[in-house]
Amino acid sequence: MTARKQVHLAAHFPGVNNHTVWADPRSGSQIDFASFAHLARTAERGRFDFFFLAEGLRLRELKGRIHDLDVVGRPESLTVLSALAAVTHRLGLAGTVNTTFNEPYELARRLATLDHLSGGRAGWNVVTTSDAFTGANFRRGGYLDRADRYERAAEFVRLARELWDSWRPDAVLADRVGGRFLRQDAIGTVAHHGPHFSVEGRFTLPRGPQGRPVIIQAGDSGEGREFAAAHADVIFTGHGSLEEGRRFYADVKGRLARYGREPHQLKIMPGATYALGDTEEEAAENAAHIRRAQVGPQTAIAFLEQVWGRDLSAYDPDGPLPDVDPDLSETGVSQGRVAIKDRAAVAAKWRALAEEKHLTIRELVIEMTGRQTFIGTPRTVARLIDEHVRADAADGFILIPHLTPGGLDDFVARVVPLLQERGAFRADYTGTTLREHLDLR
Amino acid sequence: MTLHLAVALDGAGWHPAAWREPDAAPRALFSARYWAGLVGEAERGLLDFVTLEDELGPQSTLPDGHDDRIDQVRGRFDAVLLAARLAPLTHRIGLVPTATTTHTEPFHVAIGIATLDHVSGGRAGWRPRVSARASDARHFGRRRLPPLRPAPARPAGADPSPGARAPDPSADPLVRELFEEAGDAVEVARRLWDSWEDDAEIRDVATGRFIDRDKLHYIDFAGRFFSVKGPSITPRPPQGQPVVAALAHARLPYEFAAAHADVVFVTPHSADEARAIVGEVRGLSEDVKIFADLVVFLGEDAARRKARLDELDGAELDSDAAVFTGHVRELADVLLAWREAGVQGFRLRPGAVPYDLWQICSGLTAELRSRRAFRSRYEADTLRGLLGLPRPVSRYAEAR
Repeated sequence: MTARKQVHLAAHFPGVNNHTVWADPRSGSQIDFASFAHLARTAERGRFDFFFLAEGLRLRELKGRIHDLDVVGRPESLTVLSALAAVTHRLGLAGTVNTTFNEPYELARRLATLDHLSGGRAGWNVVTTSDAFTGANFRRGGYLDRADRYERAAEFVRLARELWDSWRPDAVLADRVGGRFLRQDAIGTVAHHGPHFSVEGRFTLPRGPQGRPVIIQAGDSGEGREFAAAHADVIFTGHGSLEEGRRFYADVKGRLARYGREPHQLKIMPGATYALGDTEEEAAENAAHIRRAQVGPQTAIAFLEQVWGRDLSAYDPDGPLPDVDPDLSETGVSQGRVAIKDRAAVAAKWRALAEEKHLTIRELVIEMTGRQTFIGTPRTVARLIDEHVRADAADGFILIPHLTPGGLDDFVARVVPLLQERGAFRADYTGTTLREHLDLR
Repeated sequence: MTLHLAVALDGAGWHPAAWREPDAAPRALFSARYWAGLVGEAERGLLDFVTLEDELGPQSTLPDGHDDRIDQVRGRFDAVLLAARLAPLTHRIGLVPTATTTHTEPFHVAIGIATLDHVSGGRAGWRPRVSARASDARHFGRRRLPPLRPAPARPAGADPSPGARAPDPSADPLVRELFEEAGDAVEVARRLWDSWEDDAEIRDVATGRFIDRDKLHYIDFAGRFFSVKGPSITPRPPQGQPVVAALAHARLPYEFAAAHADVVFVTPHSADEARAIVGEVRGLSEDVKIFADLVVFLGEDAARRKARLDELDGAELDSDAAVFTGHVRELADVLLAWREAGVQGFRLRPGAVPYDLWQICSGLTAELRSRRAFRSRYEADTLRGLLGLPRPVSRYAEAR
């Protein structure tokens, strides 16, 4: 008998982009610890696998100035996760930390510390974003090209694992009478000399409760998929349709065998958004309402400027698209976020759609960006999530609420019980570590 | 004037054999619960703050490299993360982790300490520390440091800061360079903490603006060791600038502390030495708060306990700070005598925990209180408040 495939869930703290609605009267602080504690406790009440923090090491800019329309400001990821370990008991705590602007010895040590201090709940989302823009805040500065980024990340992860594994599991003896705090030869020597790192010496911590914190990889590119297949326990992907999800899932799981890994050893968790209502109509209305709040008049213009590559502040967001063509020579309009590829094609597509449907600038941007993944009554949303997982389009979802800090309150109160009722989601934690929640080894 | 009182927490205490005391909990050193117990005790004692030790390599009795000893505690948590883990469990006490400046990114350290200030509601401090060890440098592989000159072996109870290793470290160009870099790191941190003005977040629905970007500032720091553009990604910490504290044993670190720190920990061995050091530091800074460090073994049988630990360790405890053994009444006499010499507070390093910590937090504080020299309740809810340090206005707001 095969057990019913289980859904995994994670809570993404709302980010510093237009997805997070700050103008809503219910919107709280993006930096007070109380906001982080609220979302983490909500996720734990909902028996989520983990809490997730993104990272951005330089404030975003638009047209050479700090972008001021979205939420700005966030904490240092691992520091706030360590504080959250004090107010939660089972919830996994995962943070995004860049491999380009960190050193393996120090970061491995910080992650091992978090694993100890949380009783085995640490997760690390490995990202490789690196450009001269972000590098301006760091010693190494500069830019790494794409292939080098992943190479560096892979070497970083291998080295971190070597450091985590370097103390014998039973290293600490604490034998008072015999006077042996450690076993003989308890701490192994690491000697790594690779293209990106040269690290020699001994690590400073015993193995954490998980041995190795959970590794998450974010990104859908070919290099990203390969990196995930080789190194990651979880992959955080963009969402798409059920069919796209299934193709991605099959592709990534299919790469695992090459690394001697089983399909269940890599969990695929797309980011997902949702809107609920008591009826399908009400849910659709709520979804539209949220989308309008996410794309305010100024934000609509700012989006268009990123595609058009020129100042469009004189245009009316509730009017038609600009009659001028995009300026394709301008490349540095937006800094600190993923650049839009092939702006000419995007602009042509946007213009065609606007003409076909008679859309204003704001309506067009709403149409073209970030529609919710799941819209419906709690029952519908629970069914859709379960169906995606059972159809092998995902192993679960990283839910991204649009409000801080109460954005998952309704999901946990109304959807989680239905997932549990379907037998698709745990009624309670059965393990204590994040690895156990994710059913990894 | 009442005294400021802090404790320095590290492992099972500052004696390298402390983990072998009958009431020690050596198996628990790598658990959050152990540290929560210690900092809870310190807060019940109404202390100003705790410091948490750290360095970027395992403890060693050698000035450089590993000693392969298995009879002493080895292994430490990242102190900033440990402090953050303790923040939600405490309410008034300051949390001052050590973070090395030599191999770390100033940007990461600055936002880590700012985040600690946010999660603790304004109780964060930072003790920047330099590392001259070649063995630590090899953990990073980015720069090569010469091996430290052979010096008398220091036991784990001593602080192996480079400032402590030679009578005149300022003569050593490497040490000068490390302190210069540390100074730049603190400067970058303070600029980043100031880089968001207090009222930068406006949430102005009418114009769609979350922040007033004229109140966020590039720090444009360009120095010999690194350049940092800014602004911080973390909004201004509740204290404006968390408290910076430095341990100093000689002229060069005194200069560093005077230029960059709010609090300096010094290590006199007598009231006269305390007076001389206070004179020297005051010649450099009128404002820095001067704390004296002492390793303390307390209680009726303090001397016997220390002697037993020395015997277990196979050597007499050697320390950069003076070692006190005796009753809390006698310790109170010493502290008040040093106060006369101009010392404003003390950072006590308990010889063994929990016993000496408990003696500090109940016995010593009660004794000082009976002499009207210590608080009977917390009078402020930030670390700056407890230390009587004003909350700084952002330099960028001031410049407008």
